Amino acid sequence: MDASTILSRLQFAFTISFHYLFPQLTMGLALLIVILKTLYLLRKDELYNRAGHFWGRIFAITFIMGVVTGIPMEFQFGTNWSRFSVYAGDIIAQTLAMEGAFAFFLESAFLGIFLFGEQAFGQKMHWFSAFMVWLGTWASGAFIIASNAWMQHPVGYTMAANGRLHLSNYWAVLFNPWILAQYMHTMSGAVITGSFAMAGLGAYYLLAKQHIDYGRLFVTLGVIAGFIASGIQLYPSGDLEGLQVTANQPVKLAAMEGLFQTERGAGIVILGQPDSTTGRLDNPIIVPNVLSFLTYRRWTAVVKGLDAFPPNQRPDSIELLYYSYHIMVGLGTFFIAIMGLAILLLLWQRRLFRWRWMQWILLLATPFPFIANTAGWFTTELGRQPWVAYGLLRTAQGSTTISAGNILFTLIGFAGMYVLLGLLFVILVVFEAIRGPVSEEKTPQEETMAQGITD
Amino acid sequence: MQTLWFILIGFMLTMYVVLDGFDLGAGAIHLWAAKTNEERRLILQAIGPVWDGNEVWLIAAAGSMFFSFPVLYASSFSGFYLPLIIVLWLLMLRGIAIELRSHIQNPVWVSFWDGVFFIGSALLTIFYGAALGNVVRGVPLDKNGHFFEALWTDFNPYSSNPGILDWYTVLIGLLALAILTAHGANYIAVKTEGVVNARSRRIARLAWLVTIVLTVLGTIATFSVQPAISASFGSRPWEIIFPLIALAGLIGMGYYNFRQRDLEAFFSSCTFIVGMLASAAISLYPDVLPAVNPANSLTIQNASASQYAQTVGLVWWIIAIILASIYFIVTYRLFWGKVHVAGTEGY
Repeated sequence: MDASTILSRLQFAFTISFHYLFPQLTMGLALLIVILKTLYLLRKDELYNRAGHFWGRIFAITFIMGVVTGIPMEFQFGTNWSRFSVYAGDIIAQTLAMEGAFAFFLESAFLGIFLFGEQAFGQKMHWFSAFMVWLGTWASGAFIIASNAWMQHPVGYTMAANGRLHLSNYWAVLFNPWILAQYMHTMSGAVITGSFAMAGLGAYYLLAKQHIDYGRLFVTLGVIAGFIASGIQLYPSGDLEGLQVTANQPVKLAAMEGLFQTERGAGIVILGQPDSTTGRLDNPIIVPNVLSFLTYRRWTAVVKGLDAFPPNQRPDSIELLYYSYHIMVGLGTFFIAIMGLAILLLLWQRRLFRWRWMQWILLLATPFPFIANTAGWFTTELGRQPWVAYGLLRTAQGSTTISAGNILFTLIGFAGMYVLLGLLFVILVVFEAIRGPVSEEKTPQEETMAQGITD
Repeated sequence: MQTLWFILIGFMLTMYVVLDGFDLGAGAIHLWAAKTNEERRLILQAIGPVWDGNEVWLIAAAGSMFFSFPVLYASSFSGFYLPLIIVLWLLMLRGIAIELRSHIQNPVWVSFWDGVFFIGSALLTIFYGAALGNVVRGVPLDKNGHFFEALWTDFNPYSSNPGILDWYTVLIGLLALAILTAHGANYIAVKTEGVVNARSRRIARLAWLVTIVLTVLGTIATFSVQPAISASFGSRPWEIIFPLIALAGLIGMGYYNFRQRDLEAFFSSCTFIVGMLASAAISLYPDVLPAVNPANSLTIQNASASQYAQTVGLVWWIIAIILASIYFIVTYRLFWGKVHVAGTEGY
């Protein structure tokens, strides 16, 4: 793999990882904001509406970060992966272009109405705009997953005489069987991020004894949504993804599980450090037979190890892939435990609102869903290597003809730019969080508006 | 089908320039049209609900070009690597400047983002103009459809190894800045009243005069740099309609500016932009990216996707654009009329 390809991979990995910090939060928050606005319409309690405004402000900051870091993603297919773009543009560009044409127009139009139009257009329109923003962000996710699913599991194509792929079945691409599990897994991952953020900030307010009503609302909604989403993350979505990888990408499975040798009744690795040069796992803690059961539903099934595949078919960063997967699964397990415990304390005479140690746990847990989601994407993308289109085109054959020096230049530029964006985001969100939901003074217009919803 | 997609991509790019053009122009003039914090908030309010949607036209156009002409997309995006990435950085800075400015009420913070908004907007218009200049002039494509242009080489558009910036493309860049300044000033004049409105009209008038001069120079230079254009107008004389549309727009911009009819002046600058871009596109057809050596040019045939992909794409594209048009009409109607300081700021 030449230097241009390696740098293009680094640049794509860096820019997409940074970008995805924001959409996972907006996709999660969009759903929670719709829930808050719905509660407001149903219960007519101003608390819900102000909570919706407050999270709308945080949503807006996150959304703009997602927009500006998202534009480079669409462009990099052309700038850094031009040979892949020529090879598969017929197919992969369909779903990418549909994202822009269907989802982005919808999101931007209704976000404008959501942020600027509440007083002018009334509460029902405001609820509707929140709903459409949620729909838009989730549709956006669906088109991106469809694009990625095609790279993981190419369908609906024929090989043309000029050596390029041609689209042969649009519906096959749009309803690629790979999409369902991956979409569920990604979306519930986003809801986990959003609900941990909400619960975490609510816990902070309870700990700081500020905005207590909001703190309780945020913790309650965050914990309920977070518990449901963490559960879906394991079953059915995580389980389905596991079965899918087992059936279609057995070498990815072997690498992420750290299974170097083919085994009958393979165990699952809880801890251990893989060494791909010797093909060994150091300091392993293994639960016997579980991997066979999870993948084939039989305790004694044979699971293929890395030794079953020639080296040029294996992912090229086995250690990083292994750690990414284990970080994702480990954190996912903690999320279920934390949210399960929090739910119990909520149901048990609202002890969650009094027991500070649990509030501390919720507060400190806030950043971890970002890590888990990122690790999840590392798992699926590193595991796709050495292919850019699985089984069809190798990554080294898909990159650009641009010199390494020019790519390093832009990679350094992106790094600098994203440090700035990251700092600004943190400053602004902390600023909004400390200012809190109640600092907006109630204007006379808002008073009339609050009455307006009853008619 | 390939010709249809040529027109549709041209349409989307034109929509982008017309729509995002006015908020870029607003950024280019806002330091002069608006002096106080309240006045600048007025300008941001005028573009606040729409600028992000306007920018989506760029994303949608790039995506549609990707599936309808994948070779063009891959070749031009990698060939224009450096300027494209710089454009991305400018889009980022400008986007966050618009959105983050009013989150913290501190004069230094606000002033910093006002400056970023201006620099980002002005440089973007120049880069877009230069990009168009590069496409018209031709790029050093090899026979495999690859090229890579440095930011500058010898500043000579007749060179066999031209850079992104030469005296011709810079001239077109400045022309774009002048046009979009007038266009943005017209929009702000429509959306405001009082002192900001009066200043915008003055800026629009000045920018209109500069546009006339640069349009004349740019047109002469274009015929000299790209001889294929004279040939194109020679073989298809009806193409003259597009420069005439542009001319009508240019006259209207000045006429309505003097008559203080802001909305008509704004539609005139829209007409001028449409006429100019259509003239450029039609005179290149059937090339989509002319090469310095004409044998290597990318055309609608050799850059195109498969017939099936373009057909399928057309079906969903029509649905999507109808929906997008509905959103745009609704949004612009909802936010129709002058903006006022006391209005909603958004949160």
